[in-house]
Amino acid sequence: MSTKQLLVSATVMAGLALGTSSALAQKKYDPGASDTEIKIGNIMPYSGPASAYGTIGKTDAAYFKMINDQGGINGRKINFISLDDGYSPPKAVEDARRLVEQEQVLFIFNSLGTPSNSAIHKYMNAKKVPQLFVATGASKWNDPKDFPWTMGWQPNYQTEAATYAKHILQTKPDAKIAVLYQNDDYGKDYLKGFEDGLGAKAKTMIVAKASYETSDPTVDSQIVQLQASGANVFFNITTPKFAAQAIRKAYDIGWKPVQYLNNVSASIGSVLTPAGLEKSKGVISIQYLKDSLDPKWKDDKAMKDWYAFMAKYYPEGNVKDGSNMVGYGVAQTMVQVLKQCGDNLTRENVMKQAASLKDFRTDVLLPGIKINTSATDYAPIEAMQLVQFDGKEYKAIGDVVGK
Amino acid sequence: MDAFLNQVFAGLATGGIYASVALALVMIYQATHQVNFAQGEIAMFSTYIAWTMIDAGMPYWPAFFLTIAIAFVLGVLIERVIVRPVEQAPVLSVVVVFIGLLVIFNSLAGWIYTYTIKVFPSPFPKEPLHVGDHFFSAHQLGAVGVTLVVLALLYAFFRYTPLGLAMRAAAQNPTSSRLVGIRVGWMLALGWGLAAAIGAIAGMMVAPTVYLDPNMMSGILLYAFAAALVGGIDNPGGAVLGGFMVGVLENLLGAYVIGNELKLAFALVLIVGVLVVRPSGLFGRVHVTRV
Repeated sequence: MSTKQLLVSATVMAGLALGTSSALAQKKYDPGASDTEIKIGNIMPYSGPASAYGTIGKTDAAYFKMINDQGGINGRKINFISLDDGYSPPKAVEDARRLVEQEQVLFIFNSLGTPSNSAIHKYMNAKKVPQLFVATGASKWNDPKDFPWTMGWQPNYQTEAATYAKHILQTKPDAKIAVLYQNDDYGKDYLKGFEDGLGAKAKTMIVAKASYETSDPTVDSQIVQLQASGANVFFNITTPKFAAQAIRKAYDIGWKPVQYLNNVSASIGSVLTPAGLEKSKGVISIQYLKDSLDPKWKDDKAMKDWYAFMAKYYPEGNVKDGSNMVGYGVAQTMVQVLKQCGDNLTRENVMKQAASLKDFRTDVLLPGIKINTSATDYAPIEAMQLVQFDGKEYKAIGDVVGK
Repeated sequence: MDAFLNQVFAGLATGGIYASVALALVMIYQATHQVNFAQGEIAMFSTYIAWTMIDAGMPYWPAFFLTIAIAFVLGVLIERVIVRPVEQAPVLSVVVVFIGLLVIFNSLAGWIYTYTIKVFPSPFPKEPLHVGDHFFSAHQLGAVGVTLVVLALLYAFFRYTPLGLAMRAAAQNPTSSRLVGIRVGWMLALGWGLAAAIGAIAGMMVAPTVYLDPNMMSGILLYAFAAALVGGIDNPGGAVLGGFMVGVLENLLGAYVIGNELKLAFALVLIVGVLVVRPSGLFGRVHVTRV
């Protein structure tokens, strides 16, 4: 080791020692952070086929505005720069480069979509810029060994699907299962988790699989195919519009299987109501957040706070849309991480604090679910509650499962 | 066999959707000899206008007809204000303008109404009709009926009214038409208005089936385009028939032959295939030009 290298490492060691012993005394910044500001980047599909989820970015922005109005985090205001990628991976790469190299953000937060995040995954890790709390449930975001700069937030699709598989094995071991899934990474991730969950019985139990493309006008034809298979259990892996179509069509053609619906589309307001509450009766899903339309949270403080937040900071947002609850919860988690960072706003410390959440609860999580992360566990929310829709609200089945 | 018939019925129902949008495409082509890519988005936007009125408490039918009127005016305005300045421009510039309109209307709808899906009411009975064991929703039957009525009106308009004749003439031979006293500019605007009005009807018939959201028409437009080309882009009846054919074929091929993954590819193959083999479509008139 040369003298210069020694000197550098000694300085770093000293810096680290100082940082841990007296974090308050020493202010440390990476690009994007200063005494007055924390610059956060974000990539959202405000246009294009997944634009329905763009509202998550707007909720994030509204939440940070509220935090700024309350004085910011440790005296620093959040500068939230949100770019549109139209759900197009090449555009997402362009956006990420612009955010990191031109805007010089401290990190990228809550960028949406499995394809877009996959596209910038390697870039962010090569640049050592945190890609935090991505808005997708793919299982690959929990890989601290190979991708130490990327972390998810919501329960991952495979775990969720395995939960349904387990429930089916327990309650209906002789089930004949039909699966409808979106023909992309998201749909296949769910399908894989589901098949893994059924284990050796997957081959015999799943009697029909049908896929659809987001460009299909309806999934009517697929539902007719699945009904014809004689299945008595239906696993519905679809985004909101198609979920509503599938539930309605199954009911209309007189197909009455036990229905499992992925959490992505479990919202009462934006899926079950359009499908028809009567037609949605009996649908089983999982939840980890409170549903804004569920009457049982009417007097819940967190829910009242959320409604007040929506009215004041995001009045044009739809309170029936579950995505706005997601945005609120994830932004709250982000603020907690930044609070923990104190005055050490380096990218390394942001990542370290994100990986040191202990029993943190955002107000909108269901009771009993906590966020825990560590250097080897990059999956913030791992617990979920099986629920069944009774025509009016979701009723819990059993206890919270998972960690 | 049962499943097969159900697939055919479901195909006829979606075919009805394609047919109604194809009709609007044919309308604008008849009047202007252009294919308007923003047609679907204008229809979607008109449907939101109808939704707003119904949501505010207006009964269905007044809202229905008022929307058609508004869409007509909107179409005329678009032609006068946006399309007219590029009238003499090369065809690619016009296409770019159409694509621009598509994006504008899509984003505008998302901005105003958000992307959450909305339930659009149907004027027809809610209870599904059961023909034996088979299912056909009353709305889908009604929508097919409406499409056929529009087709009949359109046919009569172009065939028997002087205005229809003048419009056809203006599209086919603007110079000569102008010489015989037809106001070609206004004929084009009228064509746009009518196409937008037909689009509005299509949108209001489609929305109860697929739910109303800003991306409602993006997939449908492609299938409708295939339908219009199969039937012949200058033949309203052919386009409607083409719509039903595409709907049924797409379902049957998807279910039994090529799999659901290739349904969209099927529409694209159909478009390319028709353009290569028989550009005028199955029922279209073959154009012969003296050179």
